[in-house]
Amino acid sequence: MLEIKNLKLTLNGKPVIDGLNFKVKEGKIHGLLGVNGTGKTTLANLIMGISYPDEGSIIFEGQDITRYTTSERARMGITLAWQEPARFEGLSVGEYLSVSRNLDSSEIDNYLWGVGLPPAEYLKRAVDASLSGGERKRVELASVMAMKAKVAILDEPDSGIDVVSLPHIMNGIAEMSKQGSSVLLITHGEEAVRVAEEVSIMCAGKIINSGPPREMCQWFKNNCSTCNHVGEPSYQGA
Amino acid sequence: MIVVKEYEAMLKAYGKAGGNLGALRNKEVGNLVIHRNEVLSANEVEGIKIEIEETEAGVNIYFLVVEGAKIKYPVHLCFGVLPEEGLQEIMLRVEAQADSEVTVIAHCIFPNAVNVVHKMDADIRIGNNAKFYYQETHYHGEFGGVKVIPKARIRVGKKGVWQSTFTLIEGCVGTLDYDFELFGDEKSVSELLVKAFGKKEDDINIIEKIHLDGKEARGLAKSRLVLNDNAKALVRGETYGNAPFTRGHVDCLEIVNGEGVIARAIPLVYVNDRRAKVTHEAAIGSIDNKQLQTLMARGLDEEKAVNVIVKGILR
Repeated sequence: MLEIKNLKLTLNGKPVIDGLNFKVKEGKIHGLLGVNGTGKTTLANLIMGISYPDEGSIIFEGQDITRYTTSERARMGITLAWQEPARFEGLSVGEYLSVSRNLDSSEIDNYLWGVGLPPAEYLKRAVDASLSGGERKRVELASVMAMKAKVAILDEPDSGIDVVSLPHIMNGIAEMSKQGSSVLLITHGEEAVRVAEEVSIMCAGKIINSGPPREMCQWFKNNCSTCNHVGEPSYQGA
Repeated sequence: MIVVKEYEAMLKAYGKAGGNLGALRNKEVGNLVIHRNEVLSANEVEGIKIEIEETEAGVNIYFLVVEGAKIKYPVHLCFGVLPEEGLQEIMLRVEAQADSEVTVIAHCIFPNAVNVVHKMDADIRIGNNAKFYYQETHYHGEFGGVKVIPKARIRVGKKGVWQSTFTLIEGCVGTLDYDFELFGDEKSVSELLVKAFGKKEDDINIIEKIHLDGKEARGLAKSRLVLNDNAKALVRGETYGNAPFTRGHVDCLEIVNGEGVIARAIPLVYVNDRRAKVTHEAAIGSIDNKQLQTLMARGLDEEKAVNVIVKGILR
């Protein structure tokens, strides 16, 4: 469904994404695990067309979309939920969910319930600073679900949120996959990627190992918790 | 006959501007419709007294909300000049007596203006524990030929509430010289909000001053502006914490969305009591990139994404 081929990006003379390859399969949750500073968010931005790579290609449903704009990619079915989602003054939660397509009120209600937010309480609230970090992330996830994206890139949906929000977010991700969306789940927490079918470990701008979640989580714990490879692009992986 | 024609024309323009036509025809709803210096319609309801005097260039209005009256439906005011040229001067004296409560919705309509001046000079007194909610929405044509000069001095009594919203986002602003100064007594709560969308050669000047004179008075001076093309704006938001435990805030946001735009903001926060606290935030800049990217990642093109953001800010 989504294939990343030999992607490279250099910033200030330093390789940030360094010949990165991996695939996200249709309808599957693919976990991307890495400590902070390994280039995960940069990769998300490259896939979404927020920035462009120096080399390599991004293939979506057999089409090279490397130079497509963000809007074009979104209209093809790719979307991104940011680690720290933007706040919008004057835009209600209901309106925000309906930005990508017209939804009737029962659909909006369903998506809000899907992330554990009671519609009566949240529908008319503004997507602004009055929402807590956890609430804002749940609204973001609901908006991605509402878009019915073919590929949803979720950048650290589990970070910086309260214990109440976390299970709702994980349920939402599982639900999204059940509905047929492929998910690229980016995180630095091993717990979150346990919902994935496959996990890749990213270090210094490249994938250094891939496999089943349980195995990869253990490998990550053993090798990356005291990682000294961050920022060392010469590292060749496991 | 002429008056009937003008009334119908005003109603039509009022409806187009988003006004509630049903409210103007409902005897249970207080209203006042004024074209230039002619009173076309006036309806008092229980608890409201309106005295009007026509002058050469406008009207003098005394608007009274009697003590303890809770006005069930919002009172609708409509001011306008329909021809291309004209002057309208409104001298407004408002008295909301103690324990009263009212919402006033005003529409100011200048759809064909090429050279129209609309002045309002208001002296407003909100009694102790009275609540006054005032919304003024302007509807201007596309010619930019309007000069709007609303000035108000507002005194809010003990535990009184004043909330006003001035909105000018339909059509071209022309020139706006908005100057509201408010004095808040003990435990009063006051909010001044201006929303304006400047286009073409519009020139917007806003002064919002709040004096928190009574103990525990609270005040917010807020403005939201979006500027396109060659529009210019200067916003002065001033809040004075003059008494113990007063809390004030100045909040100005100006979105610059045109090559020739000039946007300025001068916040002033002043405290002369060590127990008072007044804060401010002023932001001038282009549309937030992250907001833009977020909406584009939902499939909107850049122009539509900008529209969604701008509409939200000016809502």
